[in-house]
Amino acid sequence: MTDPGAVFVATGLEKRYDVPVLTGVDLDLRPGECHALVGENGAGKTTLVKILSGLTPASAGGMMLDGAAYRPRDRAEATSRGVRTVLQELVAVETLTVAESLFLERWPHRWGWIDRDALARESRPLLDRVGLQHLDPGQPMASLGIGQRQLVEIAAAVHRPCRLLLLDEPTAALTDAEAQRLFEVLADLQARGTALLYISHRLEEIRRLADRVTVLRDGRVVASEPIAAVSTDALIQLMVGRTVSEAITRTTPATDRPALQVRGLDAGPAVQDISFDVHWGEVLGFAGLVGAGRSETMRAVYGADDAHRGEVRIDGGEGGQRFASPGQAVEQGIAMLGEDRYRQGLLGTLPVRVNVALACLGRLARRLGWMDRTAEQTAVDALIRRLRVKCTSAEQPVDHLSGGNQQKSLIARWLLREPRILIFDEPTRGIDAGARAEVHQLVAGLADGGSAVLLVSSDLRELTTLSDRIAVLSKGRLVATFEGPDFDPEAIMTAAFSGHVAPHLTPPDHADHA
Amino acid sequence: MREGLSLVGVLVALSLGFGLLSETFLTSASLATIANQLPTALTLAVAMTLVLVAGEIDLSVGSVLAVSQGVLGVAMTQLGWSWPAAIAAGLTTGLLAGLVNGAIVVRWALPSFIVTLGMMEAARGGAYLVTGSRTQYIGADIEWLADISWLGLSAPFLAAVALVILAEVLLTRTVLGRQAIAIGTNEEAVRLAGIDTRRVKLTIFALAGLLAAVAGVMQVARLASADPNAGTGFELSAIAAAVIGGTRLMGGRGSAVNSSLGVVIMGVLATGLTQIGVQDPTKRLVTGGVIVLAVIADVYRQRWAGARQHAA
Repeated sequence: MTDPGAVFVATGLEKRYDVPVLTGVDLDLRPGECHALVGENGAGKTTLVKILSGLTPASAGGMMLDGAAYRPRDRAEATSRGVRTVLQELVAVETLTVAESLFLERWPHRWGWIDRDALARESRPLLDRVGLQHLDPGQPMASLGIGQRQLVEIAAAVHRPCRLLLLDEPTAALTDAEAQRLFEVLADLQARGTALLYISHRLEEIRRLADRVTVLRDGRVVASEPIAAVSTDALIQLMVGRTVSEAITRTTPATDRPALQVRGLDAGPAVQDISFDVHWGEVLGFAGLVGAGRSETMRAVYGADDAHRGEVRIDGGEGGQRFASPGQAVEQGIAMLGEDRYRQGLLGTLPVRVNVALACLGRLARRLGWMDRTAEQTAVDALIRRLRVKCTSAEQPVDHLSGGNQQKSLIARWLLREPRILIFDEPTRGIDAGARAEVHQLVAGLADGGSAVLLVSSDLRELTTLSDRIAVLSKGRLVATFEGPDFDPEAIMTAAFSGHVAPHLTPPDHADHA
Repeated sequence: MREGLSLVGVLVALSLGFGLLSETFLTSASLATIANQLPTALTLAVAMTLVLVAGEIDLSVGSVLAVSQGVLGVAMTQLGWSWPAAIAAGLTTGLLAGLVNGAIVVRWALPSFIVTLGMMEAARGGAYLVTGSRTQYIGADIEWLADISWLGLSAPFLAAVALVILAEVLLTRTVLGRQAIAIGTNEEAVRLAGIDTRRVKLTIFALAGLLAAVAGVMQVARLASADPNAGTGFELSAIAAAVIGGTRLMGGRGSAVNSSLGVVIMGVLATGLTQIGVQDPTKRLVTGGVIVLAVIADVYRQRWAGARQHAA
């Protein structure tokens, strides 16, 4: 199996906590190849990446890098051997500037003082390379959207000698245009002999980029083939061990009765004069580039952020008002699944049960706020079964679950509340093909059942499959609405870029930091 | 539960150890000394646990205790109020202080460390102003409260135990407790789930202020006087007891019962060390070491539990 020309070889890698997570994993990577690693969440992909990048030691097995034994004790040692990682969960230090993050491992300094000029100067070409030329290197990381942060992290990973680059879901938070830019950067690296280990749930992307693919299932390698030798359907079957249908069938058409009417909503530069209607039984998709204001619009509608103008009307009710807090929105039967499940949704250390019950505590209580534990247990267990949340029991801490199951727990939280209007912001980001199909079925099922759904996604295929109509935002404005069922992806992308036609200058509010 | 058992284990080991080293330790007189000091410390530990669980802190409990008992003392000695009215006035003072803490934290989204540090100074000043910086001797008019007993246990002690149980029930069985724990874990997630986090936090701070006043009443009953210097440093003992009991300083985890075991462990340690002839400086050194050791032990306990449950 092993290739003498390989830059990296792993044999019989194992990792066990109390259950085995990886068993007998062999992997070899050739210089300049893009090797895809696929599998359902919980299959062991992230664990494998952690072992390679020195974040956790293997329980057994050996690794060779450039013909020498490789057994990194920490990420710094892996980095010094030329193994770089872009992790799935961003670990940005929010108070640092973009430039400081790029050079986190070694800030340019003189006599112990950080050389700010050199920092800014050296940042420029790195940002250009990943298509972030309009970014001010002095801008704090906290001010960046999740997609931009990811690109900064990628820039930080690739600007030094790199034998092997590990990418865990690098495009999960990127728009198609940003992903495009990333692919160019990767192709450039490959041409210089860097081997890529590429984890993604987007199979069409893998088909485009990868030379070979390794499929993990339950911690074992079930296939390792040239990508041309396996069809996409075959890949999915290998991953899940069962057939998953990507096609969605809607049974009930949308009504023309408005469920939610938004008029003239203004909330900072990201949300300018936004108006739209969502009808009962309808899925309204929201497309746009990262930073177009989709999440900000949803947050303003939901009352999570203050809007300074505009009105939100429910079920054709009274106008002239909007929600001052998420509590008011929830009271009116609205639910929002946020784009960042760690910060906006999960109670990490608490049991699945507590996470699921959170939005319904009042209904699960008897008099005087006394929790009805039996009712809670019954309700939560039913939803765990219905959504097939994989956990040892409802008492397992939610941060021990895989990303897809965490997401399902959060969806369960809202389904328990039985909302009439649901906002899903990037519901399938970073979750596996099986869970993704289940989420799609669920969204379709909710709309069929008469609920109104607002779906934000950077995955155009997801939007076009699920939406009845797609609204496109560009630079904080709603620029176009498309009617389904047959969407023209190119027209949607053109609309998404329409706000950007003017030559892109440094945003004025950051100009003075340079 | 497991945590509670290990705390009881530590407690038994400590008691037996001191029992072997000192002939007088396991006598009813020394146990009575410990039990006498407990009600105030238990009540403050309960208050601190509630606040810590919600991811906040209340440094003002010691000073709020002092101002509340100052009001109580002045009401009885100088204004000639009856004891129920005076106690009500003391409790109201504590409740108001807690509400002010909570309202400021919530209204301007400020760190409670700073807000309650301010209240710690302000309430101490209030205690001096109210009492004219003099201890108010009340005497038998209030002392009888501490003398009521049932099965050899004093009324304040029984009240403190009841409060511990009530707080535990609040944390584990009620909506408010669940919301407080959730807020301590991830406040933004709780807000986005449609819960009014500000109301929950305000309630928790109000409860902490009220409990500090209750602790003040207990102390007045025991000493038959109200001292404006009372409660100095009590907030730190309460934090230490909560931490020994496994309460997470960052919020999201804590138990009133375990915190109260922490109080008892600290009490046994202090009394036991005195009885085997350890001087005060050494005593403080040992106590400080025990607090830090307890936290380190907790880190290992968590890691162990985490490794057992992990199923990535």
